[in-house]
Amino acid sequence: MLEEFTGPDWLSEEVKTGTTIIAVEFDGGVVLGSDSRVSAGASVVNRVMNKLSLLHDKIYCALSGSAADAQTIAEIVNYQLDVHSVELGEDPLVRSAATLVKNISYKYKEELSAHLIVAGWDRRGGGQVFVTLNGLLSKQPFAVGGSGSSYIYGFVDAEFRKSMSRRESQEFVVNALTLAMSRDGSSGGVAYLVTIDETGTEEKCILGNELPKFFDQ
Amino acid sequence: MDRYFDQSIKGVSTGTTILAVKFNGGVIIGSDSRASMGGSYVSSKTINKLIQVHDRIFCCIAGSLADAQAVTKMAKFQLSFHSIQMESPPLVKAAASVMKELCYSNKDELQAGFITAGWDRKKGPQVYTVSLGGMLLSQPFTIGGSGSTYIYGYVDSKYKPDMSREECLQFATNAIALAMGRDNVSGGVVHLVVITEDGAEHVVIPGDKLPKFHDE
Repeated sequence: MLEEFTGPDWLSEEVKTGTTIIAVEFDGGVVLGSDSRVSAGASVVNRVMNKLSLLHDKIYCALSGSAADAQTIAEIVNYQLDVHSVELGEDPLVRSAATLVKNISYKYKEELSAHLIVAGWDRRGGGQVFVTLNGLLSKQPFAVGGSGSSYIYGFVDAEFRKSMSRRESQEFVVNALTLAMSRDGSSGGVAYLVTIDETGTEEKCILGNELPKFFDQ
Repeated sequence: MDRYFDQSIKGVSTGTTILAVKFNGGVIIGSDSRASMGGSYVSSKTINKLIQVHDRIFCCIAGSLADAQAVTKMAKFQLSFHSIQMESPPLVKAAASVMKELCYSNKDELQAGFITAGWDRKKGPQVYTVSLGGMLLSQPFTIGGSGSTYIYGYVDSKYKPDMSREECLQFATNAIALAMGRDNVSGGVVHLVVITEDGAEHVVIPGDKLPKFHDE
């Protein structure tokens, strides 16, 4: 058989952040979480990527879908927000950041395949989580996304309560990520956590062996 | 070659949520009650997907309804014949093996997966799963059907070995209710069968008695 040698799969497969991302609003701020696996077909091309991207001091976004598309959107919105906040003379609203992401997602919805969850803290609305899937803009108490999110819908539906404390929200996010990473082949590695409130931003990385353990058959 | 043809041409399928869980002294097998055609038409709101193949052995079906009914009918016949020959009730493993044989030998034509659960004198409560291609596996609990993807996280976090009957009923009801809330081809009422040494008891939980979660 005459077959052209095209090299290993991972050179030609699109790089996706098949992933699990989650953001939760708590009383006074938000917690964002993500796994760290980037896959190209069956290969893991990066096992420690931080998918929580800074858009502004107190506004972060979580990336999922095509890695290139998601990163580009985040970079563009980061630039636009910088300009906007200089013009405004103060910190931008989370809703503004989400709207900028939504505008790009909607305008280029045929070409792009990335889904960003935008979350942060601002003086007017406190902690907020926005979903921008396919160009929709929706404010929610919490949001999950990425391929791993299907497996944890039941868990987050059952366990989420409004007005959890900061500590409880962090635990909720870590538990959800752990459960998703153990079932989804495209999610794994370490868990990244970002907690944003009035006083500032705290970034944390939880290694694989420090993640909570659940019942294993 | 198109082996996996469009569901809407294939016919009625139980896009579904099924599960079986072992507890201290028995098993609970449960399912939703929706049968859909092509993902947009509900052909039955109250179908019972829990098939009794023997006194203390039940099966639940996911996939093509026609295939599932054909297989369970054959399995029921083979099992009753087997238990007459052995002069004792069949083992749960025997029931699961019968399903597995049928699924494996006809893997090209069939599109159905099964969960078999029950109680027998030799090993007590057991749960077996037979996948699409005919793999047989024994597990403490198992979930299946299209709705099951949404509750993997929930069952992984909430399952404990050796639960009591009440805890297990709550666990099964919650899991199926959560799946029905997210999967559009699962819905209706929750059917549960509790199988112990004393027999099998059928519990139906109608829509308005289902547990409510944070956004309802």
